[in-house]
Amino acid sequence: MAVALRQPGWYRGALGALLGAAFGFGLVVALRAISGLDVFQTEQTGYPHVIVPLITTPFGFLFGFGAFDYWFRWAAGKPTVPEDHANHGATRWQDYFKFNTDHKVIGIQYVVTTFGFFLIGGLLALLIRAELAQPGTQIVDANVYNGLFSTHAVVMIFLFIIPMFAGIANYVLPLMIGAPDMAFPRLNALSFWLLPIAGIIFLGSFLAPGGAFDAGWTGYAPLSAGAPLGQSFFNIGVQFAGASSIATALNFLVTIITMRAPGMNLWRMPLLVWANLSTSLLVVGATPFIAGAQFMVLFERALGMNFFQFLEGGDVISYQHIFWFYSHPAVYIMMLPGFGIISEIISTHSRKPVFGYRLMALALIGIVVLSYSVWAHHMFVAGMFDWLRVPIMITTLLIAVPTGIKIFSWLGTMFYGKIHTYSTSMLFALGFIVTFLIGGISGVMVGMVPLDIHMSDTYFIVAHIHFVLFGGSVFTIFAGIYHWFPKMTGRMYDEKLGRVHFWGTMIGTWGTFVPQHWIGLDGMPRRVADYASQYGDWNLVISVFAFILGTVQLVFVYNMIVSWRFGPKAGNNPWRANSIEWQVSSPPPVFNFDQIPRVVGGPYEYGTPGARHAIMGDEDELELPEPKPSTVAGPA
Amino acid sequence: MTRLPYLKLVLATLALGTVISVVMLQVDWFGDAAATAAGPIDTLMEFTIVISSFVFAIVCVALGYALVKWRVKPGDEGDGLPIHGNTRLEIIWTLIPTAIVLFAAGYSWVVMNDIEDKQPDAMTVNVYSQQFAWTFGYPEAGNKWSEGEFHVPVDQQVIFKMHAQDVIHSFWVPEWRIKKDNVPGITTEAVITPNEVGTYQLICTELCGAGHATMRAIVVVEPREDYEKWLAGLDGEVPEDLLLTADQAIELQKQLQGTEQGIDSSGVDETSAENVDQS
Repeated sequence: MAVALRQPGWYRGALGALLGAAFGFGLVVALRAISGLDVFQTEQTGYPHVIVPLITTPFGFLFGFGAFDYWFRWAAGKPTVPEDHANHGATRWQDYFKFNTDHKVIGIQYVVTTFGFFLIGGLLALLIRAELAQPGTQIVDANVYNGLFSTHAVVMIFLFIIPMFAGIANYVLPLMIGAPDMAFPRLNALSFWLLPIAGIIFLGSFLAPGGAFDAGWTGYAPLSAGAPLGQSFFNIGVQFAGASSIATALNFLVTIITMRAPGMNLWRMPLLVWANLSTSLLVVGATPFIAGAQFMVLFERALGMNFFQFLEGGDVISYQHIFWFYSHPAVYIMMLPGFGIISEIISTHSRKPVFGYRLMALALIGIVVLSYSVWAHHMFVAGMFDWLRVPIMITTLLIAVPTGIKIFSWLGTMFYGKIHTYSTSMLFALGFIVTFLIGGISGVMVGMVPLDIHMSDTYFIVAHIHFVLFGGSVFTIFAGIYHWFPKMTGRMYDEKLGRVHFWGTMIGTWGTFVPQHWIGLDGMPRRVADYASQYGDWNLVISVFAFILGTVQLVFVYNMIVSWRFGPKAGNNPWRANSIEWQVSSPPPVFNFDQIPRVVGGPYEYGTPGARHAIMGDEDELELPEPKPSTVAGPA
Repeated sequence: MTRLPYLKLVLATLALGTVISVVMLQVDWFGDAAATAAGPIDTLMEFTIVISSFVFAIVCVALGYALVKWRVKPGDEGDGLPIHGNTRLEIIWTLIPTAIVLFAAGYSWVVMNDIEDKQPDAMTVNVYSQQFAWTFGYPEAGNKWSEGEFHVPVDQQVIFKMHAQDVIHSFWVPEWRIKKDNVPGITTEAVITPNEVGTYQLICTELCGAGHATMRAIVVVEPREDYEKWLAGLDGEVPEDLLLTADQAIELQKQLQGTEQGIDSSGVDETSAENVDQS
């Protein structure tokens, strides 16, 4: 036991968490005693005895778990082994429950953990739909209901979509650019372990007196500033999730900029790499704003500071400006990696180069630039400066242009291709195009000020965000998981079950979210536990489809678990794709490549006889087999 | 490389776009209309629906055609044609959407100015919102007030001046198409000309706490005589504590500082209100 407590791991982590909690609690007690305040006080929303341990406990756990061991040794001048790979690779399932620095292990840790949060967030959504199936109050009261949709959004955004994309890219991206790992493997591992911490804090808020945070995921002040203790769990949880995002984004930026294989110039990077470069630029620039906004609310609540209390000279609307300056770019943080995934899949399964590759890359950068200038379209009716509305409307509508370029280019990629639709990943990619298109169109509508004045804060908005985030992000996540599942596990999934999952998800998504447009336009506001009885029929329909959508995800879970264990061996390159990750074994060796590959051409050279993207290190260039002549007639 | 059947594709797109537009325009999306703003807004929506239908048709026809025409035959392991792009096409599908969205923005701007245009004879109604109730004041009728229900004369432009006492609320009458947040500390405005006699619901659309879903009020639009009669039946003036504006809030705070239940009763001197204001 004593040995176990000295080694990094779960025992020392648990001890660290206990010590962290005790330290935080003791600090509050000591500081209050010194300041002459009551040592224990709970008759306020502040609850310092809870808030401070909420911050110190995770750090205690991370110290104990071993997240900082290497850095401390280095800082203390003790001998360190720069090439120490003790925490690298996974040979047993237990290795996935360690502080592991292998990007592939971390990738799988991310994907599995965030999918768990998807199921939790989905259950919260089904509770919401159960309550809304009929007008009136049946299952939960209004307070609990407000907590349900707030936590649903927060879990889905901060613990599922954003980190899931980070996880997929974590696994795939270093392989794609021919790198042995991410630039900062220890930071990478730390980024992952911050996530379950954020998750426990968010979900732990259900146990707080007064219930879970219930001011919406937007947490508008002053409602959030005066809310019960649960709101502080949100304020603090966002810091951990946000720190995780920022650290991962920095890691991606450095990895992409400095660790590409020789020969991979910017115009030879696969679009998934471009997409994660763009996403990371958004994350590092925007995420500090939500961290700041939540710290301001936390300081109002815990320290009695004032930023947003008008009675004390604060400015209510400034919260929304700061919040949306992150949270609109966040929508693109949740979309761009998916765009990258779709480009890979459509090109591979159409056996054709991505149409207009350079414009596709530039469109991503265009979205990054524009997305910093559209935040206030969430505030057209908020009472902000009137003059800001028209400029923001113009930039908001203009962002449809690069998005349109991407959709048209995917279609262009399919023209004159050889389209394979047997893989579930391609089905999800095609389903994504039409479903996301609806979200894009309704996005243009709500971007127009006179329409938004009517639609804002109605179910139309709920429909719009779900067409974007479910039809966009979740479809692309499924597409990506199916696409790289053989690479990650070395085994094939069951395409039949995949098709059941795809069609069930497609029908469930459209059935759930299409009618929400109608009832929203007709007058049903969002974020309500109860509604006018005339919307009862449609809400019942929506709830039925939502339960179909929820149930069909079990098919996916079953398919993944069973295929991972018993699926047929996949081989290195089941999709006959060109990019580098498919040229290594499935799953790839611990350090990815024996020799770093050399990149000699673009990533999507399908159909060009003899064209190569990369030459792997173990190939002798002189003995390359004569390229097979293409089976199709070349361009006339 | 076979030539695309351009004519057929264009015709199919036009046909599908027209069918979707016609079907979509049959539906009365926004429901009943009862204010002058509804006309231009509903027309703008119809314009957007038509444009969107054709965009949707373009994508569906292109996707459908590609899937029918180039879906691989079983056993075909070959690759597609190595086409990397087409600069002219890429310029077209950058510029045309840009032109469309800029036109949509310009059109929206015109509509926005139109619906927010104030008439010289507009009357004012004050809206006071708090968790979870609506109160209304009539400054042009001796500041009389009503709770949970307000009346306005038909065909009369009304400027609603909105105040919130605690958290943000939002004022929405779906039939009027207009929504505006009520924000603590500032006064927001909405310009509305009801043009249909009837009874409607005022709905709070900004999450404001446990009672948000039920925070509603009755809206009555009636002929001027009826409105005058109703107004005459009201009595009293809007209670003082509903009249908080930002300046008044600072004043209130100054007064409260001397008392035990003060917001900031930590014993700071009287000038602290100004200090708070400046910080």
